[in-house]
Amino acid sequence: MTGALATARGTDSPGFGQLPMSLSLLFQYEFIPEQASKFAMEVDLFYLALWLMTIVFSIGIAIAAGIFMFKYRRKSAGEIPEQIEGAMTLELTWTIIPLLISLGIFGWGAKLYYQMYTPPKESLEIFVTGKQWMWRAQHPDGQREINTLHVPVGRRVKLTMTSEDVLHAYFIPAFRTKADVVPGRYTTTWFEATKPGTYHIFCAEYCGTQHSGMIGTVTVQDPADYQAWLSGTSKESPVLAGQRIFGNLGCVTCHLESGTGRGPKLNELYNQTAKLNNGTTVTVDDAYIRESILNPMAKVVEKYEPVMPSFQGQVSEEQIQQLIAYIKSIGPKDAAASAQAKPAASPAAAKPATPAAAKPAAAPAKSE
Amino acid sequence: MASEVLVQTEEPRVNYLTNGHTVKSWLLTLDHKRIGLLYLFSISIFFAIGGIYASLIRLELITPQGDLMTAETYNRVFTMHGVMMIFFFLIPSIPATLGNFLLPLMLGAKDVAFPKLNLLSWYVFMLGAILMLITMMTGGVDTGWTFYPPYSSIYSNTQVTLAGVSIFITGFSSILTGLNFMVTIHTMRAPGLTWFRLPLFVWAHYATSLIQVLGTPVVAITVLALAFERTLQIGIFDPKLGGDPVLFQHMFWFYSHPAVYIMIIPSMGVISELIAAMTRKRVFGYHFVAFSSLAIAVFGFLVWGHHMFTSSQSMYAGMVFSLITYAVAIPSAIKTFNWTATIYKGSVSYDTPMIYALAFIGLFTIGGMTGLFLAALGLDVHLHDTYFVVAHFHYVMVGGAIIGYLGGLHFWWPKMTGRMYPEIWGRISAVIIFLGFNLTFFPQFIVGYLGMPRRYHAYVPEFQVWHILSSAGASILALGFLMPVAYLLWSLKYGEKVGDNPWMAAGLEWETSSPPPTENFTYQPIIDHDAYEFEHVKEIKEAAAKEAALRTA
Repeated sequence: MTGALATARGTDSPGFGQLPMSLSLLFQYEFIPEQASKFAMEVDLFYLALWLMTIVFSIGIAIAAGIFMFKYRRKSAGEIPEQIEGAMTLELTWTIIPLLISLGIFGWGAKLYYQMYTPPKESLEIFVTGKQWMWRAQHPDGQREINTLHVPVGRRVKLTMTSEDVLHAYFIPAFRTKADVVPGRYTTTWFEATKPGTYHIFCAEYCGTQHSGMIGTVTVQDPADYQAWLSGTSKESPVLAGQRIFGNLGCVTCHLESGTGRGPKLNELYNQTAKLNNGTTVTVDDAYIRESILNPMAKVVEKYEPVMPSFQGQVSEEQIQQLIAYIKSIGPKDAAASAQAKPAASPAAAKPATPAAAKPAAAPAKSE
Repeated sequence: MASEVLVQTEEPRVNYLTNGHTVKSWLLTLDHKRIGLLYLFSISIFFAIGGIYASLIRLELITPQGDLMTAETYNRVFTMHGVMMIFFFLIPSIPATLGNFLLPLMLGAKDVAFPKLNLLSWYVFMLGAILMLITMMTGGVDTGWTFYPPYSSIYSNTQVTLAGVSIFITGFSSILTGLNFMVTIHTMRAPGLTWFRLPLFVWAHYATSLIQVLGTPVVAITVLALAFERTLQIGIFDPKLGGDPVLFQHMFWFYSHPAVYIMIIPSMGVISELIAAMTRKRVFGYHFVAFSSLAIAVFGFLVWGHHMFTSSQSMYAGMVFSLITYAVAIPSAIKTFNWTATIYKGSVSYDTPMIYALAFIGLFTIGGMTGLFLAALGLDVHLHDTYFVVAHFHYVMVGGAIIGYLGGLHFWWPKMTGRMYPEIWGRISAVIIFLGFNLTFFPQFIVGYLGMPRRYHAYVPEFQVWHILSSAGASILALGFLMPVAYLLWSLKYGEKVGDNPWMAAGLEWETSSPPPTENFTYQPIIDHDAYEFEHVKEIKEAAAKEAALRTA
């Protein structure tokens, strides 16, 4: 990748050094995108291994067919070659070998997929909303950005995403990550950036007229630069915004802290199991909170009347995310703690990230 | 292939082409051969329309900016390219033309089981096609051929409902053809023609028919549900109305993945015939090749979720779909190996059909192997919805399905018309198509891995070099496709008149005259041997006798 993203081509790239010379040519001639996340190297290795297999098989078949074509070309119009029925040994060979190779590829792919779609427990959590035709991102401390995403290097970042309208997909080629962004549900993806620079964000799921314009850039920064960026932008933390909305929409009038209101109390609730009036239970997670705001009748908590009105159309996806952040902040202490972004173990992230991590922890305290 | 009951001496004066010259005699014909030609004529037009759209796409993508057309237009263009090519060319291509023409001939039957239903299927097809042409002329559709809601159901302001109705109707023609073929294969085989004496072309069509009959109703239900949501606001797929957009993807791919096999399995059947005839060899591992078609058809119904690895479908569901997808890869590999082995110790002709068969093996191998990349879960996360996918399915659909179709068209052209196309032009155009195709689509694997998403009207500048290569290849490919149009039409009038069996092939269809009489055979064929037994081909015997006489002289 060159041109507009010249900054992305760092002088020393950690991924390059570990590769043999012949492979680095692939980067030089741009057969492979920039490697800027922990996944990138693994995905590329897998990809190149599969090409190697493809080349071996294709050339093998081409050589066999070429030799047969030449050696057994028709020599006279009336000839009938010796007929061969088939050969069980051969059939078994070329059934079993591809089967074993396939199972190997399956296992390799499944392992990688499991890692990509299992977000780490401790991560910096950023909310992303897709909307025709822009990407909005909201950081834990409230910084918001459109069509850009700032993340620190060396820290696990989890994106929780939803769409305001149609399907989109959040694709960062340099990180080798992608996930559809679906209206009506939360999807997640995660990555750990390894190299400061600027990389593309593409919408990969067709979303209408300006689909190819729904692009942006992710800026990976050294922790210090990231801190500087964080403090340089205006903000209201999602927790504070959520608390404000909680008041404005009148949620507070029913969901009393004492638990004596018409609705269940919401403190100490996040990530807990709630009993429903139909005898089943539900985990109070992001998806359930969202559903309860938009479609309160779907799963009513035991002993409460189904009286809550729907807030469909009155709150945006971003505001719902803020409400969830607020409810999370007043949740049980351990759940709240795990929701906080902790600095990753790497020393690079440790020092400057501490103030950032401290802030969200302070936020709920301030609001009370 | 048959031992003749009656001695057939002279060519019948009236063949299926000369049996009636009026327009009515064509439009109301119940002859499977004429219906095959009606389809051939219709789908050639739709292929040309789809091809024009493809050219527009390649022209737009020469530069990174969206400068040739607006985004609205571009989105309609790629959608109409996909819709035309898939629903109105690829799905009917081989079954409705070559299949219709050849199946009864290969079975030793006078016609298909339900000739009137066969004609009806063409009229239903044309009704659907005319609705699609109306859709096209009234603004087209901009949803992509996949019609994903809620964009298609709520947000798009194009002719989605009309297009849906068109596809709904067209689906029935596919169902009718499949049903007809299944019953024909079950009930109309000539005496002695047991299942394992059937040509592999027939096995392939049996497997295809199975998918057409079982799969097509599901896409009909899906587009109907979409139309209900769009017109009546019934919430099925749009979450704002209480629906689930991912449900649509499950339903859509439940048909549309097997539909890929509707396009490729008949082509595999053609390739088996071409290789056998061109090498004068029984197809190596006949039973494995026959059953692999059925295995693909059956397993093909269980892999739809591999289109949805990043869709928010459950991770574990993704793993199951990936595993079954690798199971489908095996029968395709088996076929490829058996075809290659068939050439071994054969008597190989270098005529055009063989060049197409070789091109198929090469391109299908790359198309199939790159399918393994996409079925690999962790790798598909990066590759999904990029040009890598576009390249992969064009290798299978063009490099596989269309190459097989063209090879078959050349091979059976003298059977259909009684005249031979100019061989030298056939070979040249086959080579041009092969080279042009690779130049068009191979760069797309690379630009896809670099991150170029599908369906992009404008793109970032660093991808341009690959798009220029691709567009250059497309112009060569277009030339390659235009050449057969010219020389095949030319040959209708000026082509060399050839005998009944110019390839000295072993199929039952070559035992009757070329072009065949309306009733196909002037005698009742009785079969007493397997497919591909060349010692029964009288043209080879004659050629051998002539050579022996020359040697003694």
